[in-house]
Amino acid sequence: MATAGGLRARLSARPERALRGVSAGWALAATAFVVVSTLLGLALGPVDLGLGAVTREVLSHVPFLGLESSFSGTDDAILWELRAPRVALGLLVGAMLASAGAAYQGVFRNPLADPYLLGAAAGAGLGATIVIAYDPGGGLDLRPIAAFAGAIVGVGVAYLLGRSVGGSGTTTLILAGVTVAAFLTAVQTYVQQQNAETVQEVYSWILGQLETSGWSDVLILLPYVAFSSAVLLWHRRLLDVLAVGDDEAASLGVPVARVRLLVVGAATLGTAAAVAFSGLIAFVGIIVPHAVRLVAGTSYRVVLPLSLAFGGGFLVLMDLVARTVVAPAQLPIGVVTAFLGAPFFAVVLRSTRTVGP
Amino acid sequence: MPHRPLAAVLAVVLALGVAACGGGDESPASAPATTAAVETAPAPEFPVTVEADNGSVTLAARPEAIISLSATATESLFAIGAGEQVTAVDDQSDYPAEAPVTDLSGFEPNVEAIAGYEPDLVIAAYDPGGLVDGLEKLDIPVLLQDAAPDLDTAYEQIETLGAATGNVEDAETVVDSMETEIAELVSSSSGAEGATVYHELGPDFFSATSDTFIGSVYELFGLVNIADAAAGPADAGGYPQLSGEYIVSESPDLVVLADTVCCGQTAQKVAKRPGWDQIEAVANGNIVEADDSIASRWGPRTVEFVELIAGSLEGISGP
Repeated sequence: MATAGGLRARLSARPERALRGVSAGWALAATAFVVVSTLLGLALGPVDLGLGAVTREVLSHVPFLGLESSFSGTDDAILWELRAPRVALGLLVGAMLASAGAAYQGVFRNPLADPYLLGAAAGAGLGATIVIAYDPGGGLDLRPIAAFAGAIVGVGVAYLLGRSVGGSGTTTLILAGVTVAAFLTAVQTYVQQQNAETVQEVYSWILGQLETSGWSDVLILLPYVAFSSAVLLWHRRLLDVLAVGDDEAASLGVPVARVRLLVVGAATLGTAAAVAFSGLIAFVGIIVPHAVRLVAGTSYRVVLPLSLAFGGGFLVLMDLVARTVVAPAQLPIGVVTAFLGAPFFAVVLRSTRTVGP
Repeated sequence: MPHRPLAAVLAVVLALGVAACGGGDESPASAPATTAAVETAPAPEFPVTVEADNGSVTLAARPEAIISLSATATESLFAIGAGEQVTAVDDQSDYPAEAPVTDLSGFEPNVEAIAGYEPDLVIAAYDPGGLVDGLEKLDIPVLLQDAAPDLDTAYEQIETLGAATGNVEDAETVVDSMETEIAELVSSSSGAEGATVYHELGPDFFSATSDTFIGSVYELFGLVNIADAAAGPADAGGYPQLSGEYIVSESPDLVVLADTVCCGQTAQKVAKRPGWDQIEAVANGNIVEADDSIASRWGPRTVEFVELIAGSLEGISGP
C-alpha cells in the first residue's frame, strides 16, 4: 500500500503537523482562495460588465454605504440571475467532489479513488441518457432526478455485490464497483446508440457543465452538500485511523465496516446530488485532495476541510476558464478540469513514488 | 507559450464534439463546399455519371432499389418523383409519410444490413468510416451528399439526385420552384435587415453560425447571426455552444427554437429562463417555434422554414 507507507513516512517526519487540525495559516489561505475565486467568478465572464461596475453593484446591496448601482436591467440579470448562481453551483459541486474524493481515497486507501469509483458516474450517466433518449419533452426537469437516482442505484448495487462476494476488504468492493460501472456504461452506450440523434446532448452532459436554470438548482443542492460534508468531516479522525489498515484500525476499536459504509454513503449522496446538476466533471475529486496532501499535510483533519474549500474555489476558477477561453462560446467544464488535471496527476504520481516504499 | 497546446487540444475536443453533434442533427460539421454538378447532358439516359462528395459515381441503369440513409435525400427523392424507386430509408427519415422506414441507421450504418436489401443505389449524408468503401467492394453504387453549407449546394444535390435516378426534369422543376418561392418570400419581407437572430439547436445553447446551411437562410434576410461572434477555435465547425450570459447581453431581436421536438422547448419555457426576460425577442414575443427536422434538413421543405422566418419578421425592423 503505497499511501499507507507514504503516510507513515510523513507521520514520522512531521508528527506535529499531522496530529493537528488545519493551522491558522492554512485556514486563512483557504478562506482567501474561496473569496478571491468567487469575486473573480462574479467579475469576469464572456460579457464584460466592467470590474468597477460589478464592485459598485455588489456594494450597492450593502446598507448604509449609499452607493447607487450603474447597472442596466440586462447587466443586473446577467450578474444575479446567470453568473452568480453559476458561481454558487461551482462552489458547491467543487467542494462536494473534492471532499468526496478525499473520503473515498481514505476508506479505500487508494490514491486513484475518486467519487465515481463505485459506479456513481456510470449510474448517473445511464439515468441522464435514458431521460434524454426517451423523454425529450420533460428532459431538463427530469434529468437531475434520473441522474441522482442512477448514481445511488449504481453505488448501492456495487456495495451489495461486494458484500455478497464476501470479505470486508476494500479490493472486493473496488472490483465490484468496476464491474457495475462497466455494465452500466455498456447499457448507457447501447441506449445512446439506439437513439443516435441524442448523442450530442448526452455527450455534452457527460462532459459536464455548470449552466444553471437559476437559483433553484443551487437551493436544491445546498442541503445535500451540507449534510454529506458534515458527515465526512465528522469522520475525519476515523479516516486517519483507517489509513493504517483495516486490522490495525479494528484492533483500536474502530468499527471498520460501519465507518466505511457511512463514509461511502455520505460521499455518494453528495456526489449524486452534485452530478445531477453538473454532469460528470472529471478529475476534481482526485487532483484537489492530492494537491492538499502535497502542500498542507496528509491527516484527514487537514485534507477534508481544505479539500472542501479548495475544491469549491478550484471549480469556480475552472468554470471561469470554460466560459471565457472561447467566448462567446463555452467549453464543457470537464474538458478544462481534465486538461489541467491530467498533467497535474502525472506530477502527483512522480512525487508519491519518491515517498512510497 | 503555455496556451498553444491548450488551444490545440481544445480544437481537437471541439472537433470531436461537433462530429457527434453533426450526426445528431444530421448536418455533419465542416461540410466542404463541394460542387455536386451534373456532368451529363439533360437527357435522362443511362449509364450516367454524377458528382457527389465521394467523387464521380457511375450508374449503369436506372436504379429501382434505392436505399436512402439521409433524411434530407429521402425528402428530395420523393419530391422529384423518385419515391417509387426507393426500397428502404433509415430510421430518421420520417418525411414523407409514405417513405419505407426501416431500422437501418444512417448514423451507424451497417453495411451487411444495407446489402441485405440488395440495393442498386445507396444515398447517405454521413460516412463514419467504412460505409462508402464497404458498399463499393460489394459493387453497390453509393452517393454521399454531405450537409449542404448553402442553398446553391442544396439545389445541386437535388439535381444530382434527379440525374442519378432518371428524374432530371422533375428535379429541375423542384429546384426552380424552390428558388422562385424563396426569392418571393425574401423580397416580400424586407425591412428586417440588420436585426439580430439567435438560432437554438438545444437548450444547452448550441447554435449555428452563418457558415452552416441554416445560417445561410438568415443571411438571405440580411439578419445578423449572434453565433457568428464565436470565431476561430470557438466556432466549433459552425455549431458553437454559446454562453447564456452572452445571449442575454446580445438581446437578439428574433429567437428561433429548433429544439421543440428533441428537447420540448417552447416560447413559454424560454421566457421563464433566468434573465431571458431582458431579451428583446422575448419581451416582444418574437420567438419562433420551428420543427427540428425542417430546421435541420436542406431539402425541399427548406421553403417551409423560409416561410416561417419571413412570417416572424413582420413585426421586426432592423436598426
